[in-house]
Amino acid sequence: MGEFAYVAPRNVADAVGVLQDHANNGRRAQVLAGGTDLLVQLRGLDKAPRTIVDVKKIEETNRLDIGGDEIYIGAAIPSAILNENQELKSLLPGLIEAADLIGSTQIQGRASLGGNLCNSSPAADTIPAMIADRGICVIAGSGGEREVPVEDFCTGVGTNVMTGDEFLLGLKFPRPPANSGDAYLRFIPRTEMDIAVAGAGVSVTLDGGGTCTAARVGIGAVAPTPLLVADAAAALVGTAVDDDALAAAGAACSTAASPINDKRGTVEYRRKVVAVLCRRAGAIARDRALAA
Amino acid sequence: MAEAVDYRYVGTSPVRPDGVDKVTGRAQFGADQNLPNMLHGRVLRSPHAHARIKRVDLSKALAMDGVRAAVSGADFPAVESGEIGGEGGGDVADIARNVMARDKALYHGHAVAAVAATSVEIAERALEAIEVEYEALPPVLDVLEAMAPDATLLDEQCFTKNLPEKPDKPSNVASVMTLARGDLDAGFEQADVVVEGEYRIPMAHQGYIEPHACTATVNEEGKATVWCCTQGHFEFRAMTSKILKWKISDLKFVASEIGGGFGGKTVVYLEPVAVLLSKHAGRPVKMVMSREEVFRATGPTSGSVCRVKVGAQSNGKITAAKAWLAYEAGAFAGAPVMPGAMSIFAPYEIENFLVEGHDVLVNKPKVAAYRAPGAPQAMHAFEVALDDIARQIGMDPLDLRLANAADEGTQAPYGPKFPAIGFKACIEAAKKHPNYTKPVPEGAGRGVAAGFWFNIGMQSSAEVRINEDGTVIVMEGSPDIGGSRASMGLMAAETLGVPYEQIKTYVGDTESTGFCNVTGGSRTTFATGLAVVQACEDIIAQCKSRAAATWGMDDDQVEWQDGQAIPAPGVNADVKPLSLADVAASAPKTGGPILGRASLNAQGAGASFAVNFGDLKVDPETGAVEVLSFTGIQDAGKAIHPAYVEGQMQGGAAQGLGWALNEEYIYDANGVMENAGFLDYRVPVASDLPMIDTQIVEVPNPSHPYGVRGVGETPIVAPLAVASNAVRDATGVRINDLPLSPPRILAALSGE
Repeated sequence: MGEFAYVAPRNVADAVGVLQDHANNGRRAQVLAGGTDLLVQLRGLDKAPRTIVDVKKIEETNRLDIGGDEIYIGAAIPSAILNENQELKSLLPGLIEAADLIGSTQIQGRASLGGNLCNSSPAADTIPAMIADRGICVIAGSGGEREVPVEDFCTGVGTNVMTGDEFLLGLKFPRPPANSGDAYLRFIPRTEMDIAVAGAGVSVTLDGGGTCTAARVGIGAVAPTPLLVADAAAALVGTAVDDDALAAAGAACSTAASPINDKRGTVEYRRKVVAVLCRRAGAIARDRALAA
Repeated sequence: MAEAVDYRYVGTSPVRPDGVDKVTGRAQFGADQNLPNMLHGRVLRSPHAHARIKRVDLSKALAMDGVRAAVSGADFPAVESGEIGGEGGGDVADIARNVMARDKALYHGHAVAAVAATSVEIAERALEAIEVEYEALPPVLDVLEAMAPDATLLDEQCFTKNLPEKPDKPSNVASVMTLARGDLDAGFEQADVVVEGEYRIPMAHQGYIEPHACTATVNEEGKATVWCCTQGHFEFRAMTSKILKWKISDLKFVASEIGGGFGGKTVVYLEPVAVLLSKHAGRPVKMVMSREEVFRATGPTSGSVCRVKVGAQSNGKITAAKAWLAYEAGAFAGAPVMPGAMSIFAPYEIENFLVEGHDVLVNKPKVAAYRAPGAPQAMHAFEVALDDIARQIGMDPLDLRLANAADEGTQAPYGPKFPAIGFKACIEAAKKHPNYTKPVPEGAGRGVAAGFWFNIGMQSSAEVRINEDGTVIVMEGSPDIGGSRASMGLMAAETLGVPYEQIKTYVGDTESTGFCNVTGGSRTTFATGLAVVQACEDIIAQCKSRAAATWGMDDDQVEWQDGQAIPAPGVNADVKPLSLADVAASAPKTGGPILGRASLNAQGAGASFAVNFGDLKVDPETGAVEVLSFTGIQDAGKAIHPAYVEGQMQGGAAQGLGWALNEEYIYDANGVMENAGFLDYRVPVASDLPMIDTQIVEVPNPSHPYGVRGVGETPIVAPLAVASNAVRDATGVRINDLPLSPPRILAALSGE
């Protein structure tokens, strides 16, 4: 394991101060939430010294607010806490399903939505679900707070919009209106303990007659970053989210995807499967909206 | 079939003697041995799959603070060619060059140098300071390309063995072999249907959870003690002795508890290096592989290309069968193509057959034994072809196998006539099994296949010591991988007639017990068990003799029954029976401590046959396979500890299904393995598989007092073809190659 220093600031200003100090002096600081990615990296080949900035002791990264208009989820809240929150589960079941896919039960005691997002893997399970649910990143930095839609957060494999003096405080989601539903599905060759070969998150809102008035589709593991697929959503709006509409949405996902051939799957395979996942997740989201 | 015998202890399933320490974490595995002043050894591995090593300079590493020793190929003696027998065997000169490369690196990850330092971190930094000059050569990665006449050669001195005439040109084909009987052409002429196919399977790893680890210490007299996780510490001692040219008596090996081996821990990787580093440094050296090193540089089993042609009559009778097998040996000769060739037709009585096998060098790690080495690849091909025959003639796949099943008296394709075997009994049991008589679930397919393994005997020793209070120590030398200490205890209990709880079975080190070959070939419960039974019989003879002396009788006037000496029938004596505890208590007065022993080279290991079937469901849109149910039926001869026999059957099925569905070595064009970790080398996780159902068939092996047949290897053989045949049944599409990964299945369903 490489050499590292550890600090655990108690408030946002202190955390930003530590980050800014490192950034200004060309020293490496890395933010720790649950550490389920970072601790693995610490044991890897990169032994260069660093400072670990633990943000778990800060109130804003641990707050969970379920308001009348907005839901706020602190960036460091472990997914085990989210998974057990029945209100959240009934409001955003697709997001919680995605959070429940990060690692094993033991890992979920630490793994967080914020960490999953900041690790910025194209295959991260929660990001397409957060995109589908219109997630907004709340970022703290030396210039104060700023907000960035989740679909604009990742900039490449393992990179994102945050500068060296910034860290993620939490995620905001609009409280879904009546007759809404969401779902996330991923494909892995195993049943657990694996990384998505493709993933799709879908949210829909229906009117009283069952016609879709709003939809969002996010896909993962099929491009350098998770993607918002506007064409897929457009294929659902104005329909009853029936098989034809879902097929069109799936096809839009295949088109939007720009996957690679690697040890986990081929280009052809990923394009096909992301469409299947979009269709299936869309059907689940529709059924949830109808039952809501 | 022999009469069923009622036993008191044999056939029960008590808790294993090592269980509590394993559950509580007290058990000492390979990496758990720590000594004062211990150094940490790390290995520098080749970044090239094929390269000449022009120069290795250790000086900068040796000059670093905290580095106490460094070695490369030049520090090892030259080793002459010579076979080391057994399942983990091979040419010791090859094993030596695999342990540490000399003039050539033959695969990515091949050991090139090693250091010992005061910490792992310093050792790793020291590796970076070692200068190696390579001349990169083109890697040879595909078995068929390696066989081409103009292929790049791994070894310019490799001339194909067993050809009718010695070839004048070297080749990557290390050896060929042939098995044949009857008239193949005539056989195919009699056939109503003929099926032909080529089946490819990539390399797969044994996937044991515990990485290779050892600690070695060499004292000022030049005598070494080595603690390691191994399937055979006596063979490890022998290999280390030959590789370093040390006397065997200067090397003591202690086997730790072992976190899985499956054949892969029958051969040395670290031990000779750790001994040499410790000798140079004058301090103990511990070496532990990372998971990545385990994948890149240890054990896989051969990738293979098998071509099969089989002809049968419309009544199911196989008239002819032909197989062509090419197995990847990895960097050094020794692919298990011979056992593959010997096993492919073994379950069947076939008059006309031909098998040709090829042992082929490629720039990949040297293969090591893996559970029934060589059989799963070849038998997958044939069992799939048989499934196609059954479809073409409209016959139940079990009936097709029954129509051709080998039985007592059948001449095995590899020579001898089978004594009593249980293949037909397994097929009959399968036909009646509720999982077979029930309909195939909607959307799923059912696959059937046969499994087989020879099993071996080899050398074992055992000592039985009676403590002063009549409790018993069984000392033997077979590392316990699958619960064999419990089985030894049960056989000792049964033979002596004393409770299992009164017996402690112990695996001794190389200096505290007699020689035992590896735990491999499914031999331990059979052969070491035979030694334990004979050592117990030695104890009984001594106890009878001491009772006779106590009672003033002749030895033959005393019998041993239910754990005590009694007068023989018809001997009129008013004496109280003497229990083992009584005899032990009076031992000082009757000749001293009671010690029984046996050593043997066991003959007559009975072959174990199996029939497996399973219901698998395929998602036609993603190609994902779900195993709905899987049933293993196997002849154990006699299950000494039935729960552990079932465990072997379930574990083998899990490994076989993993191999069939997802496991594979994925290489890039430079010969670098791309998935050297459990994330992307996908062994099944618990939630991937249903509970594996088992049924033990017992057709006793006439060569063992309790009828034992080895059971550890056969279970991995059939699941490969079960999976292929079930996917064929579910989808209507035949996929010849493994693994049946989702992308492969989806491509096949799309007609690609």
